[in-house]
Amino acid sequence: MSSVRDWEASNPIKEGRQGVFGKPVDRYEGPLKVTGAAPYAYEVEPPSPAAYGVMIGAEIACGRIVAADIAEAQAQPGVRLVWTHANAPAQAPKGTRKHPRSTSPSRPALEDNRVAYFGQPVAFVVADTLEQAVGASHLVRLSYAEEPQNSDFHASLAEAVDPPGEEDVEIGDFDAGLAASAVKLDETWTTPIQNHVQMEPCATTAWWDGETCVVHTSVQMVKPAQHGLAETLGIDRDAVRLLTRYIGGGFGGKGQTYDDLTLAALAARELRQPVKVAFTRRQMMHGTIHRPATVQRVRLGADRDGRLNAMSIVTWTHCHRDGQFTEHASNFARSLYAAPNRLTGHRLVKLDLPGAGPMRAPGEASGTLSLECAMDELAEQLGLDPIELRIRNEPEADPETGKPFSMRQLVRCMTEGAQQFGWDRRNPKPGQVRDGRWLVGLGMAAAIRGNFLLPAKCSFSVDVDGIVTVRQGMTDIGTGTYTVLAQIAAETLGVPLEKVRVEIGDSELPPAPGSGGQFGAATAGSAALDAGMNLRKALAELAVNDPASPLHGAAVEAVAFHDGLIAVENRSETLVDLVRRSAPQGLAAEGEIRPAADARNWSQHTYGAHFCEVGVDPVTGETRVRRMLGVFAAGRIVNAKTARSQLTGGMIWGVASAIHEGNAVDARYGSLINQDLAQYMVTVQADLGELDAVMLDEVDDKANPLGIKGVGELGNSGAGAAVANAIYNACGVRVRDYPITPDKLLPGLIRAGF
Amino acid sequence: MRPFTYERAASADEAVKAAAATPGARFIAGGTNLLDLMKLDIERPQHLIDVARLPLGAIEPAGGGLRIGGMATNSQVAADPQVRRRYPVLAQAILSGGSPQLRNKASVAGNLLQRTRCAYFYDTSKPCNKRAPGSGCGALEGLNRNAAILGQSHACIATHPSDMAVALVALEAEVETLTPSGEARRFPLAELHRLPGETPHVETHLIPGELITAVVLPPPPAGGQAYRKARDRASYAGGLASVAVAGARLALGMVAHKPWRATQVEQALAAGATPAEAIGEELKDAATAGRNDFKVTLTARLAMAALAQAEGDAA
Amino acid sequence: MRTTITVNGEARTHDLDPRTTLLDYLRETLRLTGAKKGCDHGQCGACTVLVNGLRINACLSLAVAHDGDEVVSIEGLGTPDALHPMQQAFLKHDALQCGYCTPGQICSAVAMLEEVAAGWPSQETADLTAPVLLTPDELRERMSGNICRCSAYPQIVAAIAEAAG
Ligand SMILES: Cc1cc2nc3c(=O)[nH]c(=O)nc-3n(C[C@H](O)[C@H](O)[C@H](O)COP(=O)(O)OP(=O)(O)OC[C@H]3O[C@@H](n4cnc5c(N)ncnc54)[C@H](O)[C@@H]3O)c2cc1C
Ligand code: SF4
Ligand code: FES
Ligand code: FES
Repeated sequence: MSSVRDWEASNPIKEGRQGVFGKPVDRYEGPLKVTGAAPYAYEVEPPSPAAYGVMIGAEIACGRIVAADIAEAQAQPGVRLVWTHANAPAQAPKGTRKHPRSTSPSRPALEDNRVAYFGQPVAFVVADTLEQAVGASHLVRLSYAEEPQNSDFHASLAEAVDPPGEEDVEIGDFDAGLAASAVKLDETWTTPIQNHVQMEPCATTAWWDGETCVVHTSVQMVKPAQHGLAETLGIDRDAVRLLTRYIGGGFGGKGQTYDDLTLAALAARELRQPVKVAFTRRQMMHGTIHRPATVQRVRLGADRDGRLNAMSIVTWTHCHRDGQFTEHASNFARSLYAAPNRLTGHRLVKLDLPGAGPMRAPGEASGTLSLECAMDELAEQLGLDPIELRIRNEPEADPETGKPFSMRQLVRCMTEGAQQFGWDRRNPKPGQVRDGRWLVGLGMAAAIRGNFLLPAKCSFSVDVDGIVTVRQGMTDIGTGTYTVLAQIAAETLGVPLEKVRVEIGDSELPPAPGSGGQFGAATAGSAALDAGMNLRKALAELAVNDPASPLHGAAVEAVAFHDGLIAVENRSETLVDLVRRSAPQGLAAEGEIRPAADARNWSQHTYGAHFCEVGVDPVTGETRVRRMLGVFAAGRIVNAKTARSQLTGGMIWGVASAIHEGNAVDARYGSLINQDLAQYMVTVQADLGELDAVMLDEVDDKANPLGIKGVGELGNSGAGAAVANAIYNACGVRVRDYPITPDKLLPGLIRAGF
Repeated sequence: MRPFTYERAASADEAVKAAAATPGARFIAGGTNLLDLMKLDIERPQHLIDVARLPLGAIEPAGGGLRIGGMATNSQVAADPQVRRRYPVLAQAILSGGSPQLRNKASVAGNLLQRTRCAYFYDTSKPCNKRAPGSGCGALEGLNRNAAILGQSHACIATHPSDMAVALVALEAEVETLTPSGEARRFPLAELHRLPGETPHVETHLIPGELITAVVLPPPPAGGQAYRKARDRASYAGGLASVAVAGARLALGMVAHKPWRATQVEQALAAGATPAEAIGEELKDAATAGRNDFKVTLTARLAMAALAQAEGDAA
Repeated sequence: MRTTITVNGEARTHDLDPRTTLLDYLRETLRLTGAKKGCDHGQCGACTVLVNGLRINACLSLAVAHDGDEVVSIEGLGTPDALHPMQQAFLKHDALQCGYCTPGQICSAVAMLEEVAAGWPSQETADLTAPVLLTPDELRERMSGNICRCSAYPQIVAAIAEAAG
């Protein structure tokens, strides 16, 4: 295994001779997307017309299906099949892993008569047309025997236990440290269930090509999806070809597959015809994972100068009764501020709600909503500027592990942001600034998100036209993978971007982990760099060993690549000439990246600071974001255009979690009540004013050979807290129960005399 | 959707005739509410009579006021120069509802007859007396944050979600219809919708198969006009409460099963009460369901703000 | 039902199930999949197309009700090799991420500019009797019928402002 030190060596990316890496180039697949020509999973053209599958969700949260009457549905014109657990084809039992290296076990659909959550797919109709399938779905009659269920998180906190294999982390003596502190804070925040609400609902188009099952599906990770389907169908993994070329948003919710995939594959086999299946918007709410609700208790103790002596955040959260997931909302706090006495941990309660799972910036997104507001409150108690308080608690090294930071520019993010935003105009006394109908306030918060690198492979090839093709089983969920890979290829092989083709989202391509945890660009890109370097070497060797090449006899290390040429000093030829002459079949090379053996010797994160100006209408408690700025330090930026989009997108997610989104649970039914986009509020244009993200110069050599880090989740971390702090500054009302909607602000506004 | 047949009506007369003659027939205009509900199997018409292209879209002067065809789209009404100049509260109310795309499709008649956005009404797995009479009311002891505070019954606490209708009530609009037997009727818009009582599934005083052909506005009242709506996001969201003021008249939205003419406020104001006292008079009868307590305060504050705004408008 | 609709300039005739929405007609019958299905209930704007020049949600409209209408979908605005100025601006300003809301945003934006040119007001229009100016807040309000969960909102505003000139 390599060492982090190896990554510090120079490479074409760092040299940047082609000038493509780091440039804000247009999105590679953009022309297809802006014209509607990029086919998403449900839109792929199958070899023959597809039949239409429609799923039906359970109407209870827990119990059994005792009767299923499908006769009337089956008799409808155009209906091809109706399945429930009683007649669905055999599949491998749930959790089967016949192949020891399968990255995902089987996930059978309609397995038995058990209902484990509201909305669970319990019946399936396929018809010649979508209208016929939907119409017939209304005629499937299911009877249930309900069993007691518990979906009341707040009433179940007493049942919560440590998540499996986890214990609280205590450094020093937290209780004693808090008791000895001159200034204290002890407050509790709550966050609701959130849904990913990707604009593209999960969908699959499936057909069989002989013994091979071909599926186009909307998923963030290729291999687990392929393996899971093969295990479910009981076929070889190679007998599943899984493609996911364009994905209409993922945010973690498409990190796994759902029954649309299984049912489309099964029905296509049964009917010997392509079949496509999509979730409806309402089905997405219950039928796919959500970010679970949390209760977060934050305790801070500081001396009068604002130096933290004790810091604690303990998070209560929930997952499905059969699940494992924990929203680790306390973890980020272990690396953020210095304090000698520290206590962090989690409590998990199992409920009969749909599956909890990761959603953009899992942990940080929820956790910063408490701690970063607590810091604001503490600053006010101390009479300190919130930035100054944070600076006073800036650690030299990781406050828990003592490891050095690979790179930490949090203070610079805050100070530069303050300057650009005009933070000095903030009146520390809340409720003082008016603009017409609005009370105006400013707030800030820090951002932190871990940086990760996973193993990945990649292949590069070049053909006789000088076209370089990157192939990788990676995905692009809007994050910019296509573009980043194209830039890396252009830079390493010294060709213009127009000469690069990128093929991703296919199980037949060299495996990569997919999109998630903001590890995508670094992981995929590092493997791509390695493949590019190997192809460079192969091309250089070809040239120096070829008597017909002007480079003949030169040293391989001396060969340079730029502008479609390969050159040694003033001797050069075009890449096209070389390949045509010496490798008429084209030339390919593989590459890979593995995490370095010593990567864990550094504490490695991305950082940022958010600044927000809101208006609060004191009459109604409505909030608008008037201005927002984020300043981020996240390694070298591959593409300032796509990176900025990721960051501003994350910031707007913060706005949504502060003032808009959340699922309400009706515990009587174990179901979410707001199940559509008219009732589940996500931010729209009119909620926002000017909003921008700025990236500091940074190269983190400890991260990977490219010196880049992820940005996809960083923007989300802390953003909501900046909004909440701005609301407080505007009107002097603290609401610690998210989202901060008019009903929650009103009582405080009235008390404050507005 | 369940199967249905479809026809495009050639005239208003034929439309009502067809509706009377065909069991399970419904009019469809923009379809933005009816199709929404049909897709969820909440509405199940067997026959649709498309009235969107009937020549009922004109907006024209009438008796010193304005006649607005029932098939005029929300966008057309809001953009109409007469409406903008003389009835700004109507334009504002319309523009605060839905999205531009929806308003381009939504008709005046359809907007008046849109059904509640109660989440339990929308979820066919839940009890709802409005959707399935006799099944109970899921919202009563449920998540009723947006439930009615005035005029509700133990059978239903849903609200009427229209913005436009609130302004029309404040403007004392009248509705013109064609009955199934082909007769023209005209009555105050305030009498179109019903309170839920024991029969929340019966929402209006229209005869089944009666076609709304127009809404008629009297000349605008003296004084200012204003529309204020509070909601969970800045746009493309239904209201938590709204208030329309037209001169000395005031109507409340999203607080009852129908757009609520606040006559007690009007009387109290006429008798010299302060706005706060006057609104208190109307809201003293308000009843809440647990999670919607804030709506009483919100409505009162919104009303005061709207009255102040209207006063500014008049000045 | 026999229905003729002019789609992107070409008259198309089909025998349609009355239940087919304009959106499913475009996507499934004609295989013009540029208009997206984000909610199928008028709640997101991903299905926005132009009917007789006006933007509407194709998911809440029956195809048979459009017999005789002119429909323009994203495919009718431009192609990857010949982008419409609005498409060009979206690309340049990175006004898209996953791209799923994008065709709806672009169709919506094109029609929105026409509405502004026609002097239609919005709830942001302070003076309903004065000419309408496309300020940033007006633009944001007028584009609020198109949800972008990737939240490319600032970039969308920049793109439209540039295309509007
Ligand atoms: C996501 C979303 C958000 C919305 N937000 C708002 C909002 O904030 N504020 C607001 O006010 N509205 C809102 N609406 C509602 C929208 O304005 C209505 O759907 C629309 O006004 C209904 O008009 P339509 O012409 O499409 O009616 P249709 O759906 O065609 O019809 C509705 C009803 O009226 C009947 N009908 C239609 N025409 C006639 C007639 N001439 N005579 C008798 N009966 C008739 C139909 O049979 C049907 O029962 C929203 C809708 C959606 C989908
Ligand atoms: S409030 Fe009315 S509409 Fe809502 S569930 Fe109760 S009966 Fe149904
Ligand atoms: S798909 Fe039509 S508005 Fe969402
Ligand atoms: S680009 Fe993904 S939803 Fe807008």
